[in-house]
Amino acid sequence: MRVAVVVFPGSNCDIDLYEALTSVCKVEAAYVSYQQDNLAGFDAVMLPGGFSYGDYLRCGAIARFSNIMPAIQQFAAQGKPVFGTCNGFQILTEAGLLPGALKQNDSLKFVCKTVALRVENNQTVFTNQYQAGEVIQLPIAHADGSYYADQETLAALEANHQVVFRYATENPNGSLNDIAGITNRRGNVLGMMPHPERAVEQLLGNTDGLRLFKSLLAGQTIKEAAH
Amino acid sequence: MTKKLTPEQIQQQKPYLAWGLSEKEYDYISQRLLGRLPNYTETGLFAVMWSEHCSYKMSKPVLREFPSTGKRVLQGPGEGAGILDIGDQQAVVFKAESHNHPSAVEPYEGAATGVGGIIRDIFSMGARPIAMLDSLHFGEIDQPRTKYLINEIVAGIGGYGNCMGIPTVGGETTFDPCYTGNPLVNAMCVGLMDQADMQKGRAQGIGNAVMYVGAKTGRDGIHGATFASADFADDKETQRSAVQVGDPFMEKLLLEACLELTHKHQDWLIGIQDMGAAGLVSSSCEMAAKADSGMELELDQVPQREPGMSAYEIMLSESQERMLLCIKKGFEKPVQDLFESYGLEAVVIGRVTAGHQYILHHQGNKVTDIPVSSLTDDVLEEQGTEVMPSRLQQAALQPVWQPTEFDFAATFYQMLQQPTIAAKTSITQTYDSQVRTNTVVGPGSDAAVLRIRRTTKGLAMTTDGNGRFVYLNPEIGGKLAVLEAAANLVASGAEPLGITDCLNYGDPHDPEVYWELHQSVKGMAAACRALEIPVISGNVSLYNETNQQAIYPTPMVGMVGLINDIQKYETIKLKNAGDKLFLIGTTTDDYAGSELQKMLQHEISGQLADIDLKQQVAGLQQVLHAVQAGLTSSVHDLSEGGLAIALAESTFATDLGLQVTVPLTDAQLFSETPGRFLISVAPAKVAQFTELMQDKALLIGEVIPQKKFELKTLTATYQLDLLRAQKLWEDAIPCLMKSKA
Repeated sequence: MRVAVVVFPGSNCDIDLYEALTSVCKVEAAYVSYQQDNLAGFDAVMLPGGFSYGDYLRCGAIARFSNIMPAIQQFAAQGKPVFGTCNGFQILTEAGLLPGALKQNDSLKFVCKTVALRVENNQTVFTNQYQAGEVIQLPIAHADGSYYADQETLAALEANHQVVFRYATENPNGSLNDIAGITNRRGNVLGMMPHPERAVEQLLGNTDGLRLFKSLLAGQTIKEAAH
Repeated sequence: MTKKLTPEQIQQQKPYLAWGLSEKEYDYISQRLLGRLPNYTETGLFAVMWSEHCSYKMSKPVLREFPSTGKRVLQGPGEGAGILDIGDQQAVVFKAESHNHPSAVEPYEGAATGVGGIIRDIFSMGARPIAMLDSLHFGEIDQPRTKYLINEIVAGIGGYGNCMGIPTVGGETTFDPCYTGNPLVNAMCVGLMDQADMQKGRAQGIGNAVMYVGAKTGRDGIHGATFASADFADDKETQRSAVQVGDPFMEKLLLEACLELTHKHQDWLIGIQDMGAAGLVSSSCEMAAKADSGMELELDQVPQREPGMSAYEIMLSESQERMLLCIKKGFEKPVQDLFESYGLEAVVIGRVTAGHQYILHHQGNKVTDIPVSSLTDDVLEEQGTEVMPSRLQQAALQPVWQPTEFDFAATFYQMLQQPTIAAKTSITQTYDSQVRTNTVVGPGSDAAVLRIRRTTKGLAMTTDGNGRFVYLNPEIGGKLAVLEAAANLVASGAEPLGITDCLNYGDPHDPEVYWELHQSVKGMAAACRALEIPVISGNVSLYNETNQQAIYPTPMVGMVGLINDIQKYETIKLKNAGDKLFLIGTTTDDYAGSELQKMLQHEISGQLADIDLKQQVAGLQQVLHAVQAGLTSSVHDLSEGGLAIALAESTFATDLGLQVTVPLTDAQLFSETPGRFLISVAPAKVAQFTELMQDKALLIGEVIPQKKFELKTLTATYQLDLLRAQKLWEDAIPCLMKSKA
């Protein structure tokens, strides 16, 4: 498996994703500049956290016009896995790859802490190594993570089991339906505010994020076995 | 800005006095250094370069007392930041800087640009910034203005550091009325580098290019350096114009571009320096001075944000996110291309020249032609006058304050709510403390700990500054500041390597203030020598006065330590029920400057006991050996609030409790005798631990599985409610911030 970690101007969790993939999960990964226009040779694409374009105008609003975005759109349309954490999630909503939007936290402040999440759907390519209903701990670090969508969209998300992660004990930002992470209808695009890549090593005190990467690998293994 | 005056008009009308240059200095410059009257631009350059902020003309004689050499020192004071060897061909780079004055006037931007400036200092050395810490001192949270300052300063630090993707991992926040009008904002940045990538800020080689990179130059921050060298008064609200505005996104691009240049294209690069205080003039003339070169600049080439800027304004602007490079002749184009790939401008604005003159051209005129060294090396040092403050002369005659008759339990709960002691989570959780995924121990422990990827090592780091002790006795207080930082590192399992500092004082022309500066530096230097660690960088912030009310003399110590085996780092939290609790070090009745005294008396007074540095250092080494040998389960250095508070803090965020019996009076539970630790040890390791600690470790109890705190003192037995204690400790600052005052 080969994973693309897309780097936008102002991305700053790119190294965290890259190291989680390469050093910890021993998966091949490469940084791909926002200026590139194709993703040939990659099996999955990841959009890191950070402050693309300084969060100017609106989080993710400028990044979504990057050269690389049509290639990501196409990649997603082919049903291949696309993952965005934090600013990556914001970019995916701005690009229309995921429904809804991320607003400023209710507290109006940036918040960095570990929160409890419930795995609502373990039938995705990103969550198959978790138990359904399992509560895990992952760090969040954002100022704009309050998920918003209109009632119709929310109802559809719930009906189609697109809500993958939900804040379990405390809602840290005011997200509707306590939503922390969602997929698209097809299930191959996941966006989430928490940072699984920060929770993959015992030395740093938390490994609950590791299975997200392992899930992706397991899906790949199954696919390869089927060939 | 008035219309340009002629040299003669300057001599007669003396506008330089308002810029901070004295008549004596002006005369020395015109008569001795130039042999003619300086013109308008030149006078402005002298005023800013000869300010205390740039020249250290008053503090230099004192700063020479710091030890700055050692076997690990690769770069001592004098460059953007100091560098220490940590083995494996790697080095740690660090420096702290104050942004007190800008933060008092425009708190968000003042704090944000303080963070931005110190980050540039680190990457100008060729290092990747890996962590930020900040030392903040505010007034009491009982005034709307203080709450506003806290909110905005904290938001500014987070706003800049978070966007840069550099974790803010530690620091300290204290509260005292003396900081009400003059909050202290000291930011420290730590970087990591391969020794092969080391850079210096120098411009040499005749014909080599001087290139300007980053943001355009505007009128912001003009005279920021001289602004930081004058005190505040209510009638000077117009000083607001001296504060710069930061753009962390621009700096992130600049960081990545500069690191690509320094790491991949060293053959193009001669030198690199941040445009910090006094902007283009200080960076360019310092780069020339350090290499003993001449330099000629064409100011029309400087990218400008607004039209009609004078030479004086271009040279003195403190617009943020700018760097100056010296590039080998012939490589200008590839450098331009590299920066352009990051969306940044890189422009040739001049050349290194033969000789030693500093020449500036603007709009077809030669506006400056002076020796380089006249701006940097020829500054007239000022030996301050020193007098022991009268309060200290009187203090010796006053009776020593001792707490009498107090309700221990009530005091315990009340103490946990004192803002200096209470949880700072509401502040630290607005900082990204984990980005770059190296943070092993983040905010809230004695020191922060980061691992060094692809090695077995780690770095521990802390900032400490207790103005109260320095106020009561500058020399002992100076020693204590260094020892406290070392204790924090040792408690985390790290060997102290070196320090940086921010020296925050009042007006140095006040002989009492100058005496405080000198005495505390003496104390800090003595403690550094005892620990055998150098001072590798630092900054001086004087004139911290509002309407003649000076702050406590507050030297901030930023210290970095090395952990050889990162698996053996230590934290303050209790780990296992059944572990034995030990108190290390002797406790005596030390209440002068303590949190207890401040809380009960609303003021501090008294004398500090002198410190035996040799004994203190030996004690630190014993604790470090115990941690390194893996004998400890938790280690907490005792500081504000003494043993009672350390005991409580070690239980917070655990499911554990304590059963403790101490041969101390109730009051002594709050004594702040230095050099003490609270250590928990697994039963199987007790024998080895006590043997290593010799007679220093006193068994005082056990960790229990229930969330209870049973405490037996010489006076009585208490059952303390830990859940209540933790809640009070957690809620104190958020409650004060929300309360109407």
